[in-house]
Amino acid sequence: MTDITDRQQLSYIAAQAADARVNLELETEGMTLNIGPQHPATHGTLRIVAKLDGEQVIAADPVMGYMHRGYEKLTEVRTYPQVTTLINRIDWLGSFANEVPFILAAEQLMEVEAPPRAQWIRTLLFEMSRIANVVLFLGDMAVQVGAVTPVFFAFRDREHILNQIEAATGGRFHPNFDRIGGLKDDLPAGWVTETKQVMKKMRSFCDEIENLVMGNEIFQARTRGIGVIPADIGLSYGLSGANIRGSGVDWDVRRDNPCGLVYDELDWRVWTHPDGDSFSRFWVRLQEVREATRMVDQLLDGIPAGPVMAKVPRIIKVPAGEAYVETENPLGVMGYYVVSKGDLVPYRVKIRSASFNNMSITPWLLKGVYVPDIITILGSLYFILGDIDR
Amino acid sequence: MSPLSSTDAPTQGEDSTETEDTDATPASDAVREAMLEQLTGELGDALVGHHIEPGIDLTVRVTAAAWAETAAFLRTGMGFGYFNFLSAIDWLPSPFGRDMDSQVDLTLEQDEDADAGDADIEPMEQGLAGGDTRFQVLARVNDIVDHRGVTLKADVPDDMTVPSWVEVYRGANWHEREAWEMFGITFAGHPGLRHIYLPGEFEGNPMRKDYPLLARRVKPWPGIVDVEAMPDDADAGGDNEDASTTSADPADAGESTDAS
Repeated sequence: MTDITDRQQLSYIAAQAADARVNLELETEGMTLNIGPQHPATHGTLRIVAKLDGEQVIAADPVMGYMHRGYEKLTEVRTYPQVTTLINRIDWLGSFANEVPFILAAEQLMEVEAPPRAQWIRTLLFEMSRIANVVLFLGDMAVQVGAVTPVFFAFRDREHILNQIEAATGGRFHPNFDRIGGLKDDLPAGWVTETKQVMKKMRSFCDEIENLVMGNEIFQARTRGIGVIPADIGLSYGLSGANIRGSGVDWDVRRDNPCGLVYDELDWRVWTHPDGDSFSRFWVRLQEVREATRMVDQLLDGIPAGPVMAKVPRIIKVPAGEAYVETENPLGVMGYYVVSKGDLVPYRVKIRSASFNNMSITPWLLKGVYVPDIITILGSLYFILGDIDR
Repeated sequence: MSPLSSTDAPTQGEDSTETEDTDATPASDAVREAMLEQLTGELGDALVGHHIEPGIDLTVRVTAAAWAETAAFLRTGMGFGYFNFLSAIDWLPSPFGRDMDSQVDLTLEQDEDADAGDADIEPMEQGLAGGDTRFQVLARVNDIVDHRGVTLKADVPDDMTVPSWVEVYRGANWHEREAWEMFGITFAGHPGLRHIYLPGEFEGNPMRKDYPLLARRVKPWPGIVDVEAMPDDADAGGDNEDASTTSADPADAGESTDAS
């Protein structure tokens, strides 16, 4: 791990020395390049101020907050059931997954447990949110290196998943389906068979992307060995999800702490890749979508019968206490630290979102890279602005 | 009953909170107790409070002076290499009450003789692992090999300064900037405390409880006013609930006109 950084550093120093010579002769100065806030490569309104020396970045400073909505403050004036409407909008591509850890934290404080059927359907929709979310990344990553077609395939096939989510929950992007003690409704008739068909389509989408993108020479040249994150650096920045598993860290909250969800009843595996570069992050995400389709298949087969809602009072007052629950969301670990004072509204909610930590490595990671690589590295880290700014 | 502090005797630790807390799950938590013991051994008197939720979590409160030292020991001595998050809590009861005039709130206040008015008389009540000050920093680190996690807290002294974690966990950089901006807590040793979300000229610390949520100040929460009863509600089960909400309707309308 450390020799990678050393190598990076040495090549950087060599390049610096060469550039300094040129600069001395030509009397050039470094320039500041402002990327964003409205740049197509930044997935929303993120601004990056990069100080350049020739084609190399010597310092990059992400400027956030263009989408800061103050959810942590807003949760303090909303009742627990109302909060799910807000937090749906944190990571808007996998909305259902945002609701789950908050609801689980509230359930932990109330000492309520959702009935088994609700837990299975929760896990099912959770994994479907992951597919809907990450599929877009798989297409989008190709756009970052100049191939436009795959993203249209991604939008096309994501539609099938969104249709199923809509059929079950009533909302395409913001289901708002999870309730304290269970779920709003049961699954509609015929949904299980339809979803199985969709999972087949998603698997063939993964094969298609693999054929189209992963073996592509340009894609490999632009991502292999670019943006290398050593595992220890990634951990101290708090990276999670495919970003840390792409650096060879075998850690997944779904397996290691499956609080309230039924992952331990499924047969699945955690994918890791030792390289830590942009390519490995893409590779891990591709495998995770495949794994998720298999998990959804198993979940569809195994849903137990029974109610989807436990007995909870109509007006929900959460007993005083503190709870932290985290889940492995499409973008990485997402957790809610909920402080309750026995009221209708939470006293304090700390939202630990995945992208905020994942982005915090960028000043370190972008140092010394070339300008075109900024785009692929940011693409491979895969963040959603709502998940950074909250 | 919520603050389960053991401020008096940090070294004899485990029994005081355990006996109080384990009415539901009497099983003791060997893993977390071992973690606590190791921390107590290293930090000694600097560990001023703790709470174990058996099978769920360990919360430890240390002094502000030992804040960075605790992180360093957790990282190098106990294998907690993963930085999860860092934030803060303001324990001041909100002077604005709940700031919420929604349907449920009104029906509940009718039941319980409205108490939201004199919120500032309420005593300050810190949560798990106790506390003595208005502000506490809150952080969490994980050991990803043994799948353990620990939540850390520290009282923020009156000068609003605690040591920075940036030297120990690089990821703390942005989290400390956020806590500085939102709560006004200074992290000594941080390389550049500047705004992260808010514009540079912003004044105030929005996440403090005495910072008003202006949207609610200028326009009261519509609550029930914009909610029409569903046609099915009349024949559905919960009749008494519906009666109380309809009775709350004129009251809410009246209140919102008063406020505006």
